[in-house]
Amino acid sequence: MIEQVFFYIFAVVAVVTGLLVITHRNAIYSALFLVGTFFCIAGMYVLLNAQFVAAVQVIVYAGAIMVLFLFVLMLLSAGEATPREPLSAQRFFGFLFAALLLLQTLMLFHVVRATGQPGEMTQEAVRRTGSSELIGEALFKNFIYPFEVVSILLLLAIVGAVVLGRKRS
Amino acid sequence: MIPLSHYLIVSGLLFVIGVAGVLTRRSALVIFMSVELMLNAANLALVAFSRSLHSIDGQVFVFFVMAVAAAEVAVGLAIIIVIFRNRETTNVDEINLMKW
Repeated sequence: MIEQVFFYIFAVVAVVTGLLVITHRNAIYSALFLVGTFFCIAGMYVLLNAQFVAAVQVIVYAGAIMVLFLFVLMLLSAGEATPREPLSAQRFFGFLFAALLLLQTLMLFHVVRATGQPGEMTQEAVRRTGSSELIGEALFKNFIYPFEVVSILLLLAIVGAVVLGRKRS
Repeated sequence: MIPLSHYLIVSGLLFVIGVAGVLTRRSALVIFMSVELMLNAANLALVAFSRSLHSIDGQVFVFFVMAVAAAEVAVGLAIIIVIFRNRETTNVDEINLMKW
């Protein structure tokens, strides 16, 4: 029962802060609301018994990516409150299509019965061994090739960001 | 235990909010933030399925998605900074020509 209370708190706060991200005029407030959303999602990961993913979410998303966003926002002085944009046709159709997508997404849950082949990592097995050990084991046994490719991808991102950020002489 | 559908509804809502943000906002940085929101909604769906289907592969996939998202943010913000250096604006309505 206490789990349900926490779930509803996290879910409502995540959705509300998500709405505030896209509607607030000041971009810095949007970034801070997005940090709130990330924390709520991390809370939901803990409820799903994925503690390692929750910790990585807070460290990487809330701790590194959003800090980078705030740096760039401050550098570009994009934090001033922009004047309220008029409700142009593009914004109206944007919200309309988002609403239609929401209808489709909610209809999916009534029409489609998603079934898969259940594996053997039941909740008890995960609790017994710990999710970090299981993820590490899967990463280095079954997913070793994507793991190495992701390390090369991160190197590419570093080199790309440095090359793009150089001053043109 | 909370049923899978509850988590999927939250994930769908967050994804649609991200889509609305991409379609309606004009600041390039807020659009980028909405894309991150969409990625997080997908991550939430992955972890929810990982628990419901008794597999650890969903969480491993989330790990990779986060790594790719971090790389994408680094390069994307570098691009935005370069565009701002040349055009003095982050309003995507004004960045509609590749070169003039």
